[in-house]
Amino acid sequence: MVRVLGNFDIAEEVVQDSLVAALEKWPAQGIPDNPGAWLMTTARRRAIDALRRDRRYAEKVALLERSTLPGETREADDRLRLIFTCCHPALAPEAQVALTLRAVAGFTTEEIAAAFLVSEPTMAQRIVRAKRKIVAANIPYRVPAAAELPARLDAVLAVLYLMFNEGYLSRGSAAASRRDLAEDAVWLGALMVRLMPDQPEALGLLALMRLHLARAAARFDGAGEMVLLADQDRSLWDHEAIADALRTLNRAAAMSSPGPYQLQAAIAAVHSEAASWEATDWRQIVGLYDLLLDLNDTPVIRLNRAVAVAHLNGPQVALGEVNDLAIALSGYHLFWATRAELLDDIGETALAREAWQRALELCANPAERALLRRKLSG
Amino acid sequence: MKYMLLFVGTRESQDQWDTMTPEQLHAAMGGAETWFEKYTQAGKITGGLQLQGYKTVTTAQDSNGKRIVTDGPFIESKEVIGGFAIVDVKDLEEAQEMAKSWPGGPVEVWPAVER
Amino acid sequence: MKYVLLFGGTMEGVDQLESPARESMMADYEQSGRWFEKYYKAGKVVGGHELQGPSTATTVSRKNGKVTVTDGPFIESKEVIGGYAEIEVADLDEALEMAKEWPGTVEIRPVVDHSQETAR
Repeated sequence: MVRVLGNFDIAEEVVQDSLVAALEKWPAQGIPDNPGAWLMTTARRRAIDALRRDRRYAEKVALLERSTLPGETREADDRLRLIFTCCHPALAPEAQVALTLRAVAGFTTEEIAAAFLVSEPTMAQRIVRAKRKIVAANIPYRVPAAAELPARLDAVLAVLYLMFNEGYLSRGSAAASRRDLAEDAVWLGALMVRLMPDQPEALGLLALMRLHLARAAARFDGAGEMVLLADQDRSLWDHEAIADALRTLNRAAAMSSPGPYQLQAAIAAVHSEAASWEATDWRQIVGLYDLLLDLNDTPVIRLNRAVAVAHLNGPQVALGEVNDLAIALSGYHLFWATRAELLDDIGETALAREAWQRALELCANPAERALLRRKLSG
Repeated sequence: MKYMLLFVGTRESQDQWDTMTPEQLHAAMGGAETWFEKYTQAGKITGGLQLQGYKTVTTAQDSNGKRIVTDGPFIESKEVIGGFAIVDVKDLEEAQEMAKSWPGGPVEVWPAVER
Repeated sequence: MKYVLLFGGTMEGVDQLESPARESMMADYEQSGRWFEKYYKAGKVVGGHELQGPSTATTVSRKNGKVTVTDGPFIESKEVIGGYAEIEVADLDEALEMAKEWPGTVEIRPVVDHSQETAR
């Protein structure tokens, strides 16, 4: 995977954007206001001139330009600054992802638009708007201070995981032209680990993504249909990649600072080490979910835990836990799919069928829909 | 007594700035300039700012016990605040008179808490 | 760089609230007072006002050339602006740090800078 790091023309675009931004500095019918100094201004031309002289713009452009020059000693620092700026929480989440793909991973706007199934002008506008806000609202171009770092690193990792899931879940159904977001997310995760080797959660996320990718060959059958973990041919897994991911996870574990990504990776690791679905160490998985719930109690994590509980304590117990989540997750297709599976297990076929039907209605992903249809007909 | 005049605009009109010509922009803001000039000279305006467009806004708020930061204004509405003026006038009548002569969109007049 | 922090929420109707909601709001109100004091002394807050409640607001609008005056805010929302502060800080992160200490919702808006224009 040859890639020129940070090879993009943000600096040039910022200059262009600033011309448009100049327009935004002026009131229009319905919006105007402002006292004093504003009276001095008479024309847009002067605003643009002022903007060009503005030191803040000049500095920002220079910094962005520097990030495009490989081989500099400060290259790593600049790349980190770029990542943290792109993943700033003041930017809309979808803009964070798009900007990171564009600025850090070197995607073209066309590629990003294809990956997120939106039109190119829509994506271009999203990116331009985000860059414009970076400049207009003066989002600093730097790695956050130690006190802010954990929260801001979380934001970066969340962007990478979102990117990964977008790519991973849509695999198989994706058009050939779509660039693989999952691989790029792993690549960016590895970059974060190289730039910040002492962050256990960055290592945890990298291990998690690699463990998922290692199973990629088994996730779709010859006909292109999705195969669930329980039914996968485990000989197709990339065991070398799994061993590699486990080493990454062990590095994180040695830092004795568990976090959500490390725990999710640990759960994936337990699956990866099991010879079969039946031979899975469900007790350990339930224990890991309990730790995860201690850190982050969400209905979706409870739902996943219930699947493990079904194997450890039986479907009836799990069904009770799943039913408790009905209000929180009634719009989530996997809630209905899990419920359906458990109802089938206890012989409530009619109720199960209704639940499969509901899951299908709520699911948008083509590969998952095909799987649900098979469940309904079978 | 102090009042805050909030100048209300729409997201749609702010979007139009992107495509306006300099002449159109100049024409659009000319009346506001005159308004500010008049009342600043009369000593009625004690402060005020023009805010950048809604696309530059960030919100910090509590969500499930955590302080989170998000893109965009917290009031979800097609209307946005484009700026404000603090006026020091005799009473609401006078503040209203000023608001009535504002050449732009709607104006909200809020009495300030005196300290 | 200058920003305006717009504060959400109002003290209007606090008297009608039951305990402990009332106490909680009073505590937040006191905290907001301390916030202002702290950042005013630090030179970060350069202006601001607390506004009276939305029931005291009036809207002046123009439709088809006719000016009308109506009771209440123009922007219909369950959220209201209770006040604002003008702050002078280095960048958005510093503004966000301040906003995070405020006991309620805060909107951070960069202002249009005309200092360069006056300098000429």
